[in-house]
Amino acid sequence: MQYVLEVESLKKTFDGFVAVDGISFRVSHGECFGILGPNGAGKTSTIRMIYGFSPITSGNIKVFGLSISQGWRTIKSRIGVCQQDNNLDPDLTVLQNLEIFARYFDMPKDQALHRADQLLKFIALDNRKNSTVTDLSGGMMRRLVLARALINNPDLLILDEPTTGLDPQSRHQVWNKLEDLRAKGLSVLLTTHYMEEASRLCDRLVIMDRGRILVEGKPMDLIKEHVGQDVIEVAEPGDELQKYIRSGSMVYEDLGHRLIIYGHEGEKLFRTISDEYCKEGCILRMATLEDVFLKLTGRELRE
Amino acid sequence: MASPRISKRFVRVWQRNLTVYQKMWKILFLPPLLEPLFYLLAFGVGLAVMVGGVYYRGSEVSYVSFIAPALIAINIMYNAFFENTYASFVRMYFQKTFDAMMATPLSLEEIITGEIMWGATKSVIATAIMLAVVSLFGLVKYPEGLLIIPLAFLGGVAFGAIGMFFTSIVKTIEMFNLPIFLFVTPMFLFSGTFFPLENLPLWAQKLALAFPLTHLVKLTRSFSLGLIDSALLWSCAYLLLFCLIWFPLAISGMRHRLIK
Ligand SMILES: Nc1ncnc2c1ncn2[C@@H]1O[C@H](COP(=O)(O)OP(=O)(O)O)[C@@H](O)[C@H]1O
Ligand SMILES: [Mg+2]
Repeated sequence: MQYVLEVESLKKTFDGFVAVDGISFRVSHGECFGILGPNGAGKTSTIRMIYGFSPITSGNIKVFGLSISQGWRTIKSRIGVCQQDNNLDPDLTVLQNLEIFARYFDMPKDQALHRADQLLKFIALDNRKNSTVTDLSGGMMRRLVLARALINNPDLLILDEPTTGLDPQSRHQVWNKLEDLRAKGLSVLLTTHYMEEASRLCDRLVIMDRGRILVEGKPMDLIKEHVGQDVIEVAEPGDELQKYIRSGSMVYEDLGHRLIIYGHEGEKLFRTISDEYCKEGCILRMATLEDVFLKLTGRELRE
Repeated sequence: MASPRISKRFVRVWQRNLTVYQKMWKILFLPPLLEPLFYLLAFGVGLAVMVGGVYYRGSEVSYVSFIAPALIAINIMYNAFFENTYASFVRMYFQKTFDAMMATPLSLEEIITGEIMWGATKSVIATAIMLAVVSLFGLVKYPEGLLIIPLAFLGGVAFGAIGMFFTSIVKTIEMFNLPIFLFVTPMFLFSGTFFPLENLPLWAQKLALAFPLTHLVKLTRSFSLGLIDSALLWSCAYLLLFCLIWFPLAISGMRHRLIK
């Protein structure tokens, strides 16, 4: 079996409102696949249909080659899901959260304890076994949610915004753990609106907005294709520069107080601009996924 | 080919609640232990002097042995009803426990079944404790009185199922005041609990027959007084019917609420 996940013309409507509008993608075995999109893009709605939480309006999903309606229990016993909210069980301790979750998978007690032990070491919480989960920091809770999703040794790990709301240290720690898992060949489906997360973790990704997929590809390819290699940013551009930029055939965005110029040979252009039009407030940097994202999804605020 | 929506895996949900219960059993044990003592003190010592005996099914019984089984019935109602309203609501709404469970091989139907079975189990635990306490005062006839234990489960499922149905429709936790005010409190007072049903006007007696608690009280009282006859089957049948109606309604209500 080649694909762990096949999504075809998937659609979801809530009382007539189209949240997911006919998307298709496939995730190969051992791949880390990202769904990147602003708030309200339809990421969570998509994920929820994949793990059988919400019914599909139309289209098809196959996980491990099985359709949800037929094989829901098999599918659910072979995937691990980190939902967007931290829904750890506050009535239970750290260890019990894992143990009792293992029971939902019908895992024998000694096997569950062994697995829980391993996972607590993996997420560096083995010294907090008997803490109440409400005593944990946000980062620790998130790591515990991750461990909980791994309790059944899943063949596909599904993560819905795994690092949203975390401080930079905790976020990097989670990324580290996810990279470990990726290196072990675990298939991962991840949603995020952090570009750094997507470029660092995902082999391939789609950018989604308003329920539709805008582009699909490898992070580097998408950057090259949609914005080029370099980006020049000019703060408070003067009239002369504006005129110069407009006269050329450059791809740029005018944000009023800021001018952003995309290109492949940024260095030469940068020298011209910085020598002739602005002495300071002008930088040259590598293009990132964020440039692609903002270019494709626009800059207006969501929600 | 597709896996059935309800399997014995619902026990896993029940076990989760048991594990939490075991963590605080020392506190949770106290109410069913102390409450009957308070009531028996108040009614047995305080009120019984004024009331004296009560005529029940053709013979006179002391007021204390008249109300002791009713207190058990009320507790069966309370334990399951409150477990599957407030406690289930907290798990569903605030703790998102059901959401987490739904990402595992459990189905929604199994989650709700496990919750209702747990509510009924709490009724059984409370009943066993109360029964032991009131038996110390010689208020229960054995072996008939033992039938109250399985009855507690049946009653627990009945009240848990309707409680779970309310949980599926209330917007906020405060809204449980409404079914308590309109459903639980009238039953508490008018189900033949503290005075015989026959003291009510005829129309009210008929109305009271619709209350599941009326039938539950009739059964606990008959069992504890040792008055077994075939007419009691009607009351059992009513409770069973009540379960058969509200259990599926609770599940479909929850499906409507949670599956989007
Ligand atoms: N249960 C629901 N009922 C109605 N609208 C919903 C529901 N869930 C999500 N939506 C709407 O669908 C859109 C996509 O939501 P979601 O999938 O949560 O986006 P994302 O996870 O990308 O932020 C949003 O506009 C959201 O308001
Ligand atoms: Mg989301």
